[in-house]
Amino acid sequence: MERMQQIVGRARAAFRTGRSRPLEFRIQQLKALERMVQEKEKQILAALKADLNKSGPNAYSHELLGVLRELVRAMENLPSWAAPHPVKKDLLTLRDKAYIHYEPLGVVLVIGAWNYPFLLIMQPLIGAITAGNAVVVKPSEVSENTAQLLAELLPQYLDKDLYAVVTGGAPETTELLTQRFDHILYTGSSRVGRIVMAAAAKHLTPVTLELGGKSPCYIDKDCDLTVACRRITWGKYMNCGQTCIAPDYILCHPSIQDKVVENIKATLKEFYGDDVKSSPDYGKIINQRHFKRILGLLEGQKIAHGGESDEASCFIAPTILTDVSPESKVMEEEIFGPVLPIVTVKSVEEAIEFINLREKPLALYVFSNKQQLITRVIAETSSGGMTANDVLMHSLVPDLPFGGVGQSGMGAYLGRYSFETFSHRRSCLIRDLRWEVVNKVRYPPGSMELMHLAKFFLLKQCNKSRVGQFISALLGAVKAVVAKVLCPKLEG
Amino acid sequence: MSLPRAITFSMETGSSFQQLGMQQALEPLRQQLPGCGKCSTMDGDPGKDLGKAVGCSGGSGIGKGPVPMVCSTPCGNPYAGLVSHLRASWLSGKTRPMEYRVAQLEALGRFLDDKKQEILEATELDMGKPSFEAFFSEILLCKNELNVTLNNLYHWMKDEHVDKNLVMQLDSAFIRKDPYGVVLIIAPWNYPIHLFLVPLIGAIAAGNCAIIKPSEISKNTERLVAETLSCYLDTDCFAVVTGGVPETTSLLENKFDYIFFTGSPTVGRIVMTAAAKHLTPVTLELGGKNPCYVSDICDVTNVARRVAWGRFFNAGQTCIAPDYLLCTIEMQEKLMPALREAIMEFFGPNPRESPDFGRIVSDKQFRRLQALLSSGRVALGGQTDEAERYIAPTVLADVLPSDPAMQEEIFGPILPIVVIANMDEAIDFINARPRPLALYAFSCDSKIVNQVLERTSSGGFCGNDTLMQVTLTSLPFGGIGNSGLGKYHGKFTFDTFTHHRGCLHRNMGLETLNGPRYPPYTQQKLGLLTTTFEVKRRGTCTLL
Repeated sequence: MERMQQIVGRARAAFRTGRSRPLEFRIQQLKALERMVQEKEKQILAALKADLNKSGPNAYSHELLGVLRELVRAMENLPSWAAPHPVKKDLLTLRDKAYIHYEPLGVVLVIGAWNYPFLLIMQPLIGAITAGNAVVVKPSEVSENTAQLLAELLPQYLDKDLYAVVTGGAPETTELLTQRFDHILYTGSSRVGRIVMAAAAKHLTPVTLELGGKSPCYIDKDCDLTVACRRITWGKYMNCGQTCIAPDYILCHPSIQDKVVENIKATLKEFYGDDVKSSPDYGKIINQRHFKRILGLLEGQKIAHGGESDEASCFIAPTILTDVSPESKVMEEEIFGPVLPIVTVKSVEEAIEFINLREKPLALYVFSNKQQLITRVIAETSSGGMTANDVLMHSLVPDLPFGGVGQSGMGAYLGRYSFETFSHRRSCLIRDLRWEVVNKVRYPPGSMELMHLAKFFLLKQCNKSRVGQFISALLGAVKAVVAKVLCPKLEG
Repeated sequence: MSLPRAITFSMETGSSFQQLGMQQALEPLRQQLPGCGKCSTMDGDPGKDLGKAVGCSGGSGIGKGPVPMVCSTPCGNPYAGLVSHLRASWLSGKTRPMEYRVAQLEALGRFLDDKKQEILEATELDMGKPSFEAFFSEILLCKNELNVTLNNLYHWMKDEHVDKNLVMQLDSAFIRKDPYGVVLIIAPWNYPIHLFLVPLIGAIAAGNCAIIKPSEISKNTERLVAETLSCYLDTDCFAVVTGGVPETTSLLENKFDYIFFTGSPTVGRIVMTAAAKHLTPVTLELGGKNPCYVSDICDVTNVARRVAWGRFFNAGQTCIAPDYLLCTIEMQEKLMPALREAIMEFFGPNPRESPDFGRIVSDKQFRRLQALLSSGRVALGGQTDEAERYIAPTVLADVLPSDPAMQEEIFGPILPIVVIANMDEAIDFINARPRPLALYAFSCDSKIVNQVLERTSSGGFCGNDTLMQVTLTSLPFGGIGNSGLGKYHGKFTFDTFTHHRGCLHRNMGLETLNGPRYPPYTQQKLGLLTTTFEVKRRGTCTLL
């Protein structure tokens, strides 16, 4: 307990000095991070290989590239993001300055997940630094090699007082959560998400929860199945299915189910060759516990492809299940492994109903040549994010917020959204101490006459669309007249 | 999703619905009343609170929530029926079209117009709210929000298209503004109309269904809202739940898609803990002690007037009111006559007789405030009358940080002055305490105002005036740390109740462009991927 208190206390003391606030400092820290990724690339890739059997180019494109992108974007845009944002004023505040000032929140806690152990720590960390906060990061103990490496590398490159790394498992996290933070960003499961939020409630700490969920993928009859299946195969089996926004299951018409299976099988061959187990591009299940859990999901299912496994190396082959019943176990929990169930539905209506009957997913995918059908699916469902005619890609669009809704989480981050998540938008109004005559309308003793005047001043905006231009052109004149006409009345 | 059509529906005072011009759609869904009575008996519980719970209290017959069918199964959760009814309405998609939202918002506008007199009377009964103040804060500012929302709704709702990278040039990437679902709005008693209506405007604008829980302390307003709001809004999507702590507690057991709470930090924690069970996002609008620093260089008369106005508005029961003054001893001397004059100017020689000065809301609050008067020395005011719950506009001088008045949010017409030596000490004083909802600084020197702004943190900031920052719908309103989380007002309310859903609509063709990302992975592919996905520093991207 004391250790955590010390770590957080040190970060808070460092934050209080105000040195994390200047933009130059933030950019300097971000540059250091960029240097770290470039200089220690080999070590990072080795840790990822050890934890998840991620091959070099694979790990680089999935984890490092995202971090570098985020860094460049943050450094590039920080000055414009952090600039005070002036807002519209009304007649009463015409002479004043009104703007939104972006301020750091204080000490931020980032709790990472093991499936993208480097990315899911670094991206929030970049956001928190960009916004000028002190940060405590807690990498997942499950991906222990990456966790160790982060604990070793970050202090070498970043300010040691402002940015701390805590390693350890559930007991350490529990202890950490008793401390007061100014924001907590957690990536992981809904179950732990609840615990994190309840702990945050004690200190009224705002939270961003990046959770998972069963992301549905609807394939319409009218679509290019070859392309659709290649894209789905890519998203589903990347990182051995351990991606929070991977398509979890397929919904399609019974008549195309076989074609879908054939196409995916063909793509798998194209991607990983005849012997998946020896492919350097195919990952592994993180640990024995998850290995057993995933195998348990296969029980009693019709395996159309795959199903092979090897406990010693935590290998599960890319697997497709057909004619899966919606009530079966594999449809109850997030799969988070290389198992793709196909549930058949008769129509898009049935698919939409199927999706809406379940918890809101983190992502939603739909494949169709019909623009109208896609529009309809988007309009009639809800999900954290969505991509039509592809998978995962919405998370790569720089200006789209990334985050869940309902059971898949709350809050959003990446790019500008990270900056906003880790900033307090402080509304500022700097008034003029003079011009008291205009203010008199609001002081007691009150009369309805004055009220109508106040109404005029404050409701001005509502006429904006019609006479707005006219009014703004005459603003100065109006004010002068108002002051002149009302002065005697008010003084009297 | 259709509702169980088996239930017999009956028409009620349908006139107000006809005004919506969508009576066709609403008609079959209106719910019959007698079920409510049944509901409470079937529950096995002494149904006293249940009747109230569904808003069917008394014989008025209005203000009911459309509940009963679910209560026919024995349930320990009296609101499960109401929530699932609203959820069914939400899933039916009826709240999503813009026309529906506009119709409901316009109905709220009519509520404000039609019930103006009743609102003024109810708030007068609850806390002697002066009609000018009630009109300004409960009606005018709400109308303002309503008009801003109606004027801009089309633009707020529109998909927001965003920049794409090289690979996605043929695709369309946009942010869809999705409603959350069924939201809960818990309002306090100090501005009993404003503080439920402004969030409700945003909730409706964003396309949600909502349950409103007005405060039971401002009971006259509570009754007014419960009895009349349903005449204006679609009762399948919007309901009022009345009651106190037990009712709120069981309400919070239900799963909502968003909870908007205004009240104290203590209850805020309870609300957030309850929300965590369902992973429901929350906005907490809490209070706090808002400091007001007055520098030595300023126009004392104007400062006194603006501070007194902010402090004594609604008899001090305003969450963003300046809670205490920080100034030097010389300034305290100068301010005292100016404050006396301002109070005299505002409320006359005897504020108790002024129609412009309010009363304390309850006996409990009155006694709490009375105890605070022992802090420092009473320089102005100090008179109290328990029968009327009247506390005169009071200024306490030479208050110590350890005095009772400095231990809690005052929330009453008492203004303590804490003497400090200079600005640095004032800033340290502010920073040593939990971050407030609002912070005020007065000075003719804009550098001083800026220094206070930059070296402190607070929900909002207003230089050289009080409260005015909230009248601008263009500024976000909300706290930080102990003063709350989340923001609202104007577009920020809409955004609060909206899920920003990142959407990407890709092209099915040009599959070769996607080649680099597929396995088998090679260094060459990686290079291609890097050029297409990497964000380049501005100026270095010569390719495009």
